[in-house]
Amino acid sequence: MEKAFFDQDNNDNSLDRVDGRLKVTGAATYAAEYQLPNVTHAVLVTSTIAKGRITSLDSKLAEQAPGVLAVISHVNSPGVPAYGSSPAMPQRATLGTPLRVFHDNLIYFSGQPVAVIVADTWQRAEFAASLVKVQYEKEPHQTNLEANLSRAALPANVQRDKNSRYHDYDRGNPEELNTAAVKIEATYKIPTEHHNPLEPHAIIAHWEAPDKLTLYDKTQVIKGTQGNLARAFKLPLENVKVQAKFIGGAFGSGIRVWPHVMAATLAAKKVQRPVKLVLPRELMFTSVGSRPETIQHITMGATKDGKLTTITHEAVAHTSTYEEHTERTILATRMLYDCPHVSTRYRLVNLDVNTPTWMRGPGEVTGVYALESAMDELAYALQMDPLELRRRNHADSDPEKNLPWSSKSLKECYAKGAAHFGWHKRNPEPRSMRQGQMLVGYGMASSTFGVHRNYAKSRAVFQADGKVIVQSATSDIGPGTGTAMTRIAADTLSLSPAFIRFDLGESTLPDAPGQTGSTTVSSVGSAVKVACEALKQKLLQLAVNTPNSTLYNTNPADLSVEQGRIFKTGNPATGVTYTEILKQNNLPQLEVTEESKPGAEWQKYSMSAFGAHFVEVHVNPTTGEVRVKRVVTCAGVGKVINHKTARSQSIGGVVGGIGMALTEESVMDHRFGRYVTGDFANYHVPVHVDIPPIDVFFIDEHDPHVNPVGAKGLGEIAIVGVAAAVANAVFQATGKRIRDLPITPDKLI
Amino acid sequence: MARNKKTDGVDESTEPGSFAPNKARRTFLKKSSALVALALTPPPVLKAAEMEDQVTAAFEKVKITLHVNGTRHKLAVEPRVTLLDLLREDLKLTGTKKGCDYGQCGACTVHVDGKRVLSCLSLAVMQNGRKITTIEGLADGEKLHPLQEAFIKHDGLQCGYCTPGQIMSAVACIREGQAGSEPEIREYMSGNICRCGAYPNIVNAIMEVNQSGQKV
Repeated sequence: MEKAFFDQDNNDNSLDRVDGRLKVTGAATYAAEYQLPNVTHAVLVTSTIAKGRITSLDSKLAEQAPGVLAVISHVNSPGVPAYGSSPAMPQRATLGTPLRVFHDNLIYFSGQPVAVIVADTWQRAEFAASLVKVQYEKEPHQTNLEANLSRAALPANVQRDKNSRYHDYDRGNPEELNTAAVKIEATYKIPTEHHNPLEPHAIIAHWEAPDKLTLYDKTQVIKGTQGNLARAFKLPLENVKVQAKFIGGAFGSGIRVWPHVMAATLAAKKVQRPVKLVLPRELMFTSVGSRPETIQHITMGATKDGKLTTITHEAVAHTSTYEEHTERTILATRMLYDCPHVSTRYRLVNLDVNTPTWMRGPGEVTGVYALESAMDELAYALQMDPLELRRRNHADSDPEKNLPWSSKSLKECYAKGAAHFGWHKRNPEPRSMRQGQMLVGYGMASSTFGVHRNYAKSRAVFQADGKVIVQSATSDIGPGTGTAMTRIAADTLSLSPAFIRFDLGESTLPDAPGQTGSTTVSSVGSAVKVACEALKQKLLQLAVNTPNSTLYNTNPADLSVEQGRIFKTGNPATGVTYTEILKQNNLPQLEVTEESKPGAEWQKYSMSAFGAHFVEVHVNPTTGEVRVKRVVTCAGVGKVINHKTARSQSIGGVVGGIGMALTEESVMDHRFGRYVTGDFANYHVPVHVDIPPIDVFFIDEHDPHVNPVGAKGLGEIAIVGVAAAVANAVFQATGKRIRDLPITPDKLI
Repeated sequence: MARNKKTDGVDESTEPGSFAPNKARRTFLKKSSALVALALTPPPVLKAAEMEDQVTAAFEKVKITLHVNGTRHKLAVEPRVTLLDLLREDLKLTGTKKGCDYGQCGACTVHVDGKRVLSCLSLAVMQNGRKITTIEGLADGEKLHPLQEAFIKHDGLQCGYCTPGQIMSAVACIREGQAGSEPEIREYMSGNICRCGAYPNIVNAIMEVNQSGQKV
């Protein structure tokens, strides 16, 4: 069956962002902007060494500075009950223990919080922080991944879990590489990258009573943060409230409960007033995780006609000494192409740095960069069009799980993207295309991200005034969660979106998973859909059971609903509105709460989203400056809920990928074990002038298997593969294969 | 940082991070404040330390007048307080955002006497008598400014945190006559970072408003 395309110019009946007005008027309230009486301001003092211990911490001057209410450190911390009272261990092998804030005198990384100052104004706290004198006993630190590759090991948490997907994986006989007609082998590196959302992480911690805690926190995981804090302080769950109605971006940095959250909570306990703590930009580099630096080695073998025979993929990434962060770096290699002999290896090296974390497209972004760069190299070795090579190795079913795809439109993405981009105009010969003095390059890459789904609940309340309030404790880091949920609720209830209000961002709302892994529409959207379906059924039942209703005793199966009006199918003149039904029954409102979770379909199908990116770059042959001139991106992501906001998500993913390809790099000075790129002048994210027009297409996939909504998730597939497409375009433009990101001018001249 | 000796003989060339330059003055102020406090305040009302802090703060503050979004504010501010922190913390105008505090991201952009200014790099005391417009002052009552409308229509935002700064810069960009083409807009909007990557939509919004000829 011919599949339909969502064209970027065909904005169907997209909603404008439901919170757009609040955001363009400055009325949206982010974590640090809640007005609490008696609020105090906190500033962190952080370690200046990467490893060792604090020998003395002198806070006398700071305590005497004007406006200072408290200086809290390991010396006087009120303590986190769940930390326990075990003395500091001399031997530090605490894999899997989050940093225990102000618990002991041990230093695990440069930038670790060692004290927090609380004062009546931020300026006074900031000044007092400069007065705290900390002395350390330094130990030699290790922060250099390449210099420590000999310590690379299978993560301990994988060794303990026989079901982990990160164990060494061999399919077929990878030794077949030796007999392959055409072979390539290469090593790819990505540096540490930082999420750097525009809003710095911020929190206001408020102990409303000695056993009641409220947090206004920049978190992607509201219920998780609530549970985490309740466990940490041994409080009943309902005594901890977490609020995060607006989040100024996060991209993964807001998934965990980080040390600064505990620092603010401890400080608020100490001063018995609300404490506001906003991380300065430089602490965003050591406080809320990073994408791990990763070194990947890939070999590929193919027949002369371009059929893959073997792929081997080894990845080594960094983690901290106190926790292991693992991510899906090598997993896409097992399923993206049809290849009989595949092996993957995943290793970590622990370094004296803060723990890395998930950053938009975690794992897939890193792994697919290497895999799709290698595919381009193989295409050149074969003297074959890179797009044709991918078509010839298309995986018609999941070669790892031996399951059919729930749906897949990768071939359509290739066709649509290539046609719109004008891929046929590409001359594969490097340095063969020019525009004026500029070298022109075309590059492409495939993209994939797994479909995930979690348990979620939603409440839907029909009110007497005709409005419907739909609620779930999800969050919105920017994709337009409220807008998508409004669309789902409106469509399910056959009501205009103007009558729907979606509430999120509070822990008192029905359970929802965090906004992670592109799962919000899949999980929360499904809960919203089943709740609204249940509400609609309840309204239909009421309509046929109400004696004075024109629909009394009608079979509900014979009814239709349009614009909140129920009528006998085929006879729109008869009927009642939802509001009339409530009135006839003297009901002030009608409420349902429903849950939704994944089921047996996950054993029957392999579920992933797929897509393709096409990129044109211009490279200045004299200066090595790379400019992305246009991008076409196409993806099959199941049902597209709201085209306008979905398109924006795709554009945003491409922008993130361009940053990864060309500019983003957190540089560590290994002498001190400290990042030296701790601001936007040194950590270069793309700005307006770096971003060309980006054309977005979606394939209209009907997938009844993934979830009730039929949506696969979009936030992350949008960035996966972009860096490879840019790097491949740079190769075609210049003949230089840059295998360590970012592709800065110095690497091209 | 090395500093010059002041004429009053207080040596300010001290090591980085030391607060010695102000120490003598602070001690003096604290002593004076204690005297003033003794004269003015019923002793049991305030704890001595708190009282000292409050009076010290009063001495250190500078009186200024700002016109913010058409409202006149007579304020006493510490000289080290930035315009951004004054707006957000004292005037509770939190629409102006702090993204970096180093003038590198543009989230704090406001208009001072009609020109775009990074409020994180401007001390509040330097704005005495000036007219400040923030994002809260852009709409005409319920009627949104054309650029606010255009940002919604073109979806020139995602998380919304950079949005007030983008819009304030966009208004200035059009007024400056630097929004004539897409490349020109990209160039003159490059001081405003959007990490969500709404750039193409922002450019479309600015293009449309500029081409419509509406007064901004």
